[in-house]
Amino acid sequence: MNIALANISWIEPMVKIAKGDDVAHNIQVIIKAIGVPLAGILVFLMIWHAAASNIETSLGNFPGPSDVYEQAKGLIAEHYEERDKADAFYQRQEERNAARLAQDPNYEAKIRPYTGKPTYFDQIGTSLITVLSGFVLASLIAIPLGILTGLSPTLNAAFNPVIQIFKPVSPLAWLPLVTMVVSALYVSDDPTVPKSFINSMITVMLCSLWPTLINTSVGVASISPDLQNVSKVLRLSFMTHVIKIVLPSSIPMIFTGLRLSLSIAWMVLIAAEMLAQNPGLGKFVWDEFQNGSSDSLGRIMVAVLTIGFIGFLLDRVMLSIQKAVSWDKKADIR
Amino acid sequence: MSVILDITSCGIEFQTPKGSFRALRDVNLKIKKGEYISLIGHSGCGKSTVLNIVAGLLQATEGGVVLNGKEVNEPGPERAVVFQNHSLLPWLTAYQNVELAVKTVFQGKKSKAEMKEWIEHNLHLVHMDHAMHKRPDEISGGMKQRVGIARALAMEPDVLLMDEPFGALDALTRAHLQDSLMEIQKELNNTVIMITHDVDEAVLLSDRIVMMTNGPAATIGEILDIELERPRNRLELADDPRYNHYRSQVLQFLYEKQKKVEHIADARKAKGDAKTKVA
Ligand SMILES: Nc1ncnc2c1ncn2[C@@H]1O[C@H](COP(=O)(O)OP(=O)(O)OP(=O)(O)O)[C@@H](O)[C@H]1O
Ligand SMILES: [Mg+2]
Repeated sequence: MNIALANISWIEPMVKIAKGDDVAHNIQVIIKAIGVPLAGILVFLMIWHAAASNIETSLGNFPGPSDVYEQAKGLIAEHYEERDKADAFYQRQEERNAARLAQDPNYEAKIRPYTGKPTYFDQIGTSLITVLSGFVLASLIAIPLGILTGLSPTLNAAFNPVIQIFKPVSPLAWLPLVTMVVSALYVSDDPTVPKSFINSMITVMLCSLWPTLINTSVGVASISPDLQNVSKVLRLSFMTHVIKIVLPSSIPMIFTGLRLSLSIAWMVLIAAEMLAQNPGLGKFVWDEFQNGSSDSLGRIMVAVLTIGFIGFLLDRVMLSIQKAVSWDKKADIR
Repeated sequence: MSVILDITSCGIEFQTPKGSFRALRDVNLKIKKGEYISLIGHSGCGKSTVLNIVAGLLQATEGGVVLNGKEVNEPGPERAVVFQNHSLLPWLTAYQNVELAVKTVFQGKKSKAEMKEWIEHNLHLVHMDHAMHKRPDEISGGMKQRVGIARALAMEPDVLLMDEPFGALDALTRAHLQDSLMEIQKELNNTVIMITHDVDEAVLLSDRIVMMTNGPAATIGEILDIELERPRNRLELADDPRYNHYRSQVLQFLYEKQKKVEHIADARKAKGDAKTKVA
């Protein structure tokens, strides 16, 4: 900053006197950091608005920004209504139980759970839980496997064909198989987790495994030979070698893989939920589509924006984790 | 004094995509306990290869190395290596780098407190007390090399192997480190094999200078005994006729007897090859 200003002779004295340099500078920074993206969004909204009014569908006009905003408000209102109903339901139960207890001291109070329909926010919650379970499961498999294939060229040669073939498979192809296998293996009268959840989770896992696996493997295989020699001279045990040398040096590559995996997982999840009828955002979109009311397109558009925004947040969260665990604080991680 | 390290008719042939390449033949060297040996020779002649065979990082195709009566066939901490490019783990501090070595070598032999003291003692030896909790990217090249030396010394090796330990440093820093090393050597009297390109460094530090012929199929050309009493002082030695005599003998070997005939471009290429392959 000072170097840049030094070229403009008349500013320097002003700066020295007023020290208002920071104010002007900050305004500039703010305009750059916020104003420009804001302008971009505004232009997008305008184009969207103009385009929407020209697209006629069987369910009415394609929703413009203001319709979508209304639908979003509607979904939020529904959520609170539903919560109020649930509260009222529990309160009634409690009152009834209290009354019974007063009559008969031996009465054992029972609380039945409220079984209203899930609200939009419940569905977001379900989606997040499903995607994170699938992603964690995928990482638990991919990172250790990636380390092994990275360490051993033989294992790598053995696994590589399998990886290359399964990597491009779409979730839509996996899902029927997963569904059948889960139905066959996961039998219980009172399942604590619904089958639709397991199906979606496993599909997500199968599709998001590969980037982490491949990147971990490449990262591990490219550890500096000097560090490997250090490990040899010290005769580190296999586990110490992995923990002290392999993991830290391949952290950047592992995270590159994890971030790719998570974004794939999130994309796959929506499709998986549609087909598996897991009560998350995917099912929301599907139900609205089947519903075909005049509000449906607007509500689907709310879901589209939500999905995009959550995907973005998930990546940011991974980025902060990566920054927190990375030993190279100077590295430009973005 | 007794022979601690015995290299007997050692040779090595590398299998390369273009066929086999004989790098070394018939290398014979007996090293006594507490001796300081320098290996000197033109780039690409096979100095690192000799060192790596002693370290156990490479396997000789014929002959072998015997240390303390036992044959060497894998790397181990009793033959600590100081690598040319320090090879510190960048995610650990200087202290933790030495700690990793101390913990693996003295597991079950030293208590926690003793280990801590030993780590600090070794960092003190190389004058790194002030920066021992800094990471490699926060300290200078010379300091990194000091930590690398501390790590190797902390293993209490039977032989200390150093591959151009000061090669990447500027002249002034190098002189500082050479002085530090002589001080340490006075105290510990380690057995050392050091590769160098620097004739002054070789004469100043060594008891014997081992001069290697040019490759391929390089071997030991001449061995020069340096009979200068210790402690040695670089300023006093500069005017010492014996010092200058040793110096000129090494120079004569390198630039008359083993004059490099290949072009500079080839030499560069060979050096590049060596770097990537040896590692
Ligand atoms: N793993 C390997 N495979 C094939 N050739 C090798 C291998 N390692 C070394 N060489 C060859 O052996 C020769 C000696 O290499 P070395 O690295 O020991 O030389 P050096 O004397 O240490 O050179 P410098 O002074 O440049 O470090 C070189 O010609 C090199 O190309
Ligand atoms: Mg070398």
